[in-house]
Amino acid sequence: MAGLLKKKREREGGEIPTASMADIAFLLLIFFLVTTTINVDTGIGMTLPPPLEEDQEPPPVRERNMLAILVNAQGRVLIEDQPASIPMVREEVKKHTLNEGADPNYAESIDLAIVSLKTDRQTPYDTYINVLDEIWMAYFEMWDAEARAMGYPSYAAYRDYLDENNIEENAIREKIGAQLSIAEPEGEE
Amino acid sequence: MSTHFQKKSAKSQPSIPMASMPDIIFMLIIFFMVTTVLREQEIQVRTTLPQAEALTKIEQKRLVSYIYIGPRRLANNQVGETAIQIDDALIEEVGTIRNIMYLKYLEQPRLIVSLRVDQEASMGAVTDVQQELREAGTLRINYSSRTEQPAG
Repeated sequence: MAGLLKKKREREGGEIPTASMADIAFLLLIFFLVTTTINVDTGIGMTLPPPLEEDQEPPPVRERNMLAILVNAQGRVLIEDQPASIPMVREEVKKHTLNEGADPNYAESIDLAIVSLKTDRQTPYDTYINVLDEIWMAYFEMWDAEARAMGYPSYAAYRDYLDENNIEENAIREKIGAQLSIAEPEGEE
Repeated sequence: MSTHFQKKSAKSQPSIPMASMPDIIFMLIIFFMVTTVLREQEIQVRTTLPQAEALTKIEQKRLVSYIYIGPRRLANNQVGETAIQIDDALIEEVGTIRNIMYLKYLEQPRLIVSLRVDQEASMGAVTDVQQELREAGTLRINYSSRTEQPAG
């Protein structure tokens, strides 16, 4: 390289080497490629139930299997008719789901455990999201605990393992399914 | 240029001229800069997203369709009535959402509807939109929220 440069200089006099321009341009391109962050949308994923048929009755659920969480227009929380606070929701959901019939007030088994969330039409969206977040965090923590029991560092690691091996069946979700029912809100505008 | 080239080729060492490389790359950059469309929608409602912890990321951006719900932005930083916006139009009648979303659903059956709702909106408006989404068959939704900031 140095020899080549010298030769050129002798022949044509001073000239900026243009061979490195490509590298500079590439470097710029790669720098911007790496530093550009495309906004990834984050949020709480949910699946809505399909619309009800005209004469469809809701499936029968035993009262003890359903953990009723009620959020009123002022953002106050009732769990099973007991006044509660938003941070309590997580523990209650976990206790309810993992009860396995021990406490007569909570669910009979994991499969039957349902969490029902009902709001008022006046409930602030913020409060609803906070409560929903606590419910999902309860499930995330239960899945994490289950994954650790199976020998994975976390549920995310287990999910990665499933993705890598193209396994459709998610044993953890199969065991602890998140059965969440969002009731239609009551009240008036 | 041509004399320069001839001189080189005469020396029995034919090489690709590197001088045009940066031009080619710059041209590529400019091509992509020009063709990239950053579809900037004007959002006419305020959507201050709530904070949450149990977040999931949506990797497939092309599946996402947004619905904005929040108080209308008015002049002088004022906000007005709660309104719903899809794409770049405000929705006058809630009942029209099912048709709009059904057309989107036909285009993309794996559609994810991302609800960008202002944290001060009431659940009534959100529920009305959700009922419309159920009718339209777009059942995968996502409550768009920000990462929780540590308190204090």
